[in-house]
Amino acid sequence: MNNMTQNKMTLKTEGERFVVVTRRFAASPEAVYRAHSEPELLKKWMLGPPGWTMPVCIADPRPGGKIRMEWSDGNGHGFYLTGENLEMEPYKRLVHVERMHLPDPTPDNHVETLFEPDGSGTLMIMRMTLPNAEVRKSMLATGMETGMEASYNNLDSLLATNL
Amino acid sequence: MILLYNFLVMEMLDSSFAALADPTRRAILARLALGEATVLELAKPFQMSQPAVSRHLKVLETAGLIEQRVDGTRRPRRLAKPALDNIDQFLNMLRQALAANYDRLDQVLAEMNTPQGDSK
Repeated sequence: MNNMTQNKMTLKTEGERFVVVTRRFAASPEAVYRAHSEPELLKKWMLGPPGWTMPVCIADPRPGGKIRMEWSDGNGHGFYLTGENLEMEPYKRLVHVERMHLPDPTPDNHVETLFEPDGSGTLMIMRMTLPNAEVRKSMLATGMETGMEASYNNLDSLLATNL
Repeated sequence: MILLYNFLVMEMLDSSFAALADPTRRAILARLALGEATVLELAKPFQMSQPAVSRHLKVLETAGLIEQRVDGTRRPRRLAKPALDNIDQFLNMLRQALAANYDRLDQVLAEMNTPQGDSK
């Protein structure tokens, strides 16, 4: 049984440039490290909202190895991310860089993830680059535009009949 | 590795799709695109009760598509300014998106620990 209070996630900013996330898991550092680095395991949990899947997950587990992940909502919507693994210290530390394609690539997000033994479990500490206002705006624009597009076809007739 | 900003986009797509799936909510958005309006002003053309309109507005607010403005005793709604412009809202969305993924990871890790699990 997980202790929900003990395993609660924290998320804090560090200065103006970084976000630090911590989370405890009831599993060994080896298991948590593998779940963060092996494609077949990543595809099981790094999925976002219900209904989304990750049809493509490439993560070459060595320094310089390429990362590519593609997500789909099953209704023709999706996007992808590319990156590279930079440093891999088995079961202790991962460093990688990633960028989203919206479709223009966002600035690189540099991510360091630590896996520390914590009793019978693992404390994960992840530090990443905080996206600037411009990147946040492009993320919003992507979400809004794609969502709105789905409805624009209906809007004209609704405007005519309902208003 | 965590590729988290993607999940924010997904969350936003998801909530936008849900909010926009209803024709009344799409029509409310279309009305607000012409200018702000109160619940009362929205209820009349849609021939709906105020509580019913309020429920739709709540969904649209949760999706970040509209927002309230305080004007004396009036609370007119208008189309929202981009939520991710605000760093606190961004961090709150990030927190929710990550928490959901880590809850799922708990299950994956539990399966890895069982003999029938997926460990290689």
